[in-house]
Amino acid sequence: MSAPTKSLGSRRLLTSFGPLLGLLLVCLLFAALRPATFISRDNFAIILQQTAVIGISALGMTLVIIAGGIDLSVGSIIGLTTVVIALLLQQHRPAWQALLGGVAAASLCGAFSGLLITRLRLLPFVVTLGMMGTLRGVAKGLAGEQPIYPDDTWINGLMSLGKTGLPGGVWLMLGLSAAVALLLRHTRFGRHVFAVGSNELTARLCGVPVERVKLLVYVLGAGFAGIGGVLQFSYLTCGDPTTGVGLELNIIAAVVIGGASLSGGQGTVAGTLVGALIMTVVANGCTKLGLANWVQEIVTGGIIILAVFLDFLRRRGAERD
Amino acid sequence: MPEIAPRLRVSGIRKSFGATAALAGVEFSVAPGEVHALVGENGAGKSTLMKILSGALSPDAGSMELDGRPYAPQDPLEARQAGVVMVHQELAIAPHLTVAQNIVLGAEPTRSGLLRHAAARRAAGEALAQLDRPDIPLDEPAGSLSIAEQQLVEIARALALGCRVLVLDEPTSSLTQADARNLFALVRRLRDQGQSVIYISHFLEEVQALSDRYTVLRDGASVAFGGTAGTNPGELARLMVGRQVDELYARTPRAQGEVLLSVNALAGAKGPVSASLELRRGEVLGIAGLVGAGRSELLRAIFGLDPVRSGSVSVHASAAPGSPGLRWRQGSGFLSEDRKREGLALGLSLESNLTLPGLRPWVRPAALEAETADWIRRLGVRASGPLQAVGLLSGGNQQKIAFGRLLRNGADVLLLDEPTRGVDIGAKQNIYRLIDELACAGKAVLMVSSYLPELMGTCDRIAVMCRGVLGPALPVSEWSEHRIMLAAAGAAA
Repeated sequence: MSAPTKSLGSRRLLTSFGPLLGLLLVCLLFAALRPATFISRDNFAIILQQTAVIGISALGMTLVIIAGGIDLSVGSIIGLTTVVIALLLQQHRPAWQALLGGVAAASLCGAFSGLLITRLRLLPFVVTLGMMGTLRGVAKGLAGEQPIYPDDTWINGLMSLGKTGLPGGVWLMLGLSAAVALLLRHTRFGRHVFAVGSNELTARLCGVPVERVKLLVYVLGAGFAGIGGVLQFSYLTCGDPTTGVGLELNIIAAVVIGGASLSGGQGTVAGTLVGALIMTVVANGCTKLGLANWVQEIVTGGIIILAVFLDFLRRRGAERD
Repeated sequence: MPEIAPRLRVSGIRKSFGATAALAGVEFSVAPGEVHALVGENGAGKSTLMKILSGALSPDAGSMELDGRPYAPQDPLEARQAGVVMVHQELAIAPHLTVAQNIVLGAEPTRSGLLRHAAARRAAGEALAQLDRPDIPLDEPAGSLSIAEQQLVEIARALALGCRVLVLDEPTSSLTQADARNLFALVRRLRDQGQSVIYISHFLEEVQALSDRYTVLRDGASVAFGGTAGTNPGELARLMVGRQVDELYARTPRAQGEVLLSVNALAGAKGPVSASLELRRGEVLGIAGLVGAGRSELLRAIFGLDPVRSGSVSVHASAAPGSPGLRWRQGSGFLSEDRKREGLALGLSLESNLTLPGLRPWVRPAALEAETADWIRRLGVRASGPLQAVGLLSGGNQQKIAFGRLLRNGADVLLLDEPTRGVDIGAKQNIYRLIDELACAGKAVLMVSSYLPELMGTCDRIAVMCRGVLGPALPVSEWSEHRIMLAAAGAAA
């Protein structure tokens, strides 16, 4: 009896800490290759800053993916959000109104996708693929196909690297992570998200309001992408309708590297954060090594495939038990 | 009767799954131009036998002969090529392909790799003409036809393949009476053309009217055969049941209280057609009937899982139209017949599965874990702990968790759909005892089962459902398995 118990234990360890182990390995690798430039306070601050947009958007995507869905439109939502914020600032709205306006616009996009998915029973992949194109077009139309540069506000300070401490955006990411972790573990809604993603029929049988949960999950997913868009705006200091193209794939990759299953019912906030960090560290390290962009892309792609392959091995092992 | 060389002869077929013997010696033969009925209760081994005939399974022992030559198909394709074709209860039609494409599917006439459209249409047309239905349009998508016509397309496909033995599995279960009569005419026509037909049906009247000879399967063995002319539905029912109820069951005498669930002329979008019943505190009411009679659909409509068309359901005096969430809050619970697909979220923990219907807005995981650990002990579940994924448990233990969910969430009215499906005999006994205890403790149980001894052994009253209509609930002492069988088959009891 002791042998299988032990292997089950070590497997569970691998499940929980696998992504973290991967992050450590990647960090050690770059630290060994470029000890002088990689290991520094400033570089760590930069890595965290560069993680914030993907990290926050990936929190929302974690909810969507755990509930068994997918949202391909978040990259476009990020672009749209920066444009909405810039336009509101241009009209001399206070910064807080512009910020809330951006996030609200993003959430509305999620509500629209969610309604199409729950009311018309369309496939999330197709609906959000359509929304990806539509929202990108809306952003470009609103901005007149030009970046919009409004006057400086405190929003621009959210992503600036000061002499001391981390940018506000990083703290926002950490705070929101704690909130989502709490939501998933300590609320009925969190349990319902897992139930819907794991087996929708069981959820229905147990009285879970399946449609409402799905709708909310898309609203939250898009809302988090909107907050990511706020930080993107802060980083760029402009509303750019072409920003965030393809970002949705990095966001989904972060969630999947973090151990979530695209078939739903699985995923953690900690894993997602680690997944997002792995993506940034690889990009940062490759730059430090002076590797060309195409090498970075190959490495990132390889990591995604490796993560899914490890997940497959783990799952197959679990089924054999 | 002079012995004609049989088209298909099956002798001494045995098949076991693990320690369970699904088939323990089956013998029968079908002559050319004969309709041979195969009857038996659910679980008697008919589907295993069909899988062996169609090549989906290999027998452990025994042999088969087709037109005097050994017949041992390794896979369904080989069986079809040999000329043994099945038409299942669930039709296998590609709805987007045309009728002609469906008929020649898998045997498309080709010349050097290219499809010969004219030849395909001609073959399809000939097959339909052989069925006396040349009116079915060859170029319409098959999905646009009625169920009865789709079934004809499948039979036409079998003929186009050069079928020698046609196996029809419960062919009338989803047909209207008029369509069923047309099908009978068609089967007789095929017989007169020299086709061998194996006809599997629960409807004993049909068997009586249509078949030339019959074989009865019981507990995996062929226990009786003969000419249909020399028997009657009552005799067949007796042969199908033919066993005794032992001490597996528990039914303590108990007092009944007020009405907890009352259903009035309920009709659902998927079924039932019409059902009324009253269920009292401390009572176990069983619903018998054939697969497809609408029993599960009745429970699902009561619980708000399937849409209700008309009629009313009141739980505890509240007659509000129900969603599953409302039904749980009213104190009823539902046990699904399909544990793996619907009943449990196999990837989630025991704790999540057990507590899902009754969560408060704020969850305290530690408290739920402790509570689940307690239930694991009370239900006697063998598991490593509350956080183990429920899919890793054995079937019997999974069923205990599915059952435990009803108890944990305070259900007074328990709707149980095939509560002992897929569990071994020991776990079954536990479930019977549990049902008895719950009834004694003042719960009300509405139970659907295809296994008659189980209903006879545990229920206070039984009602029989036939083609969507629920009959009167009579005390169990007024029923016999034989009478239930007749009522379920639509024959006068």
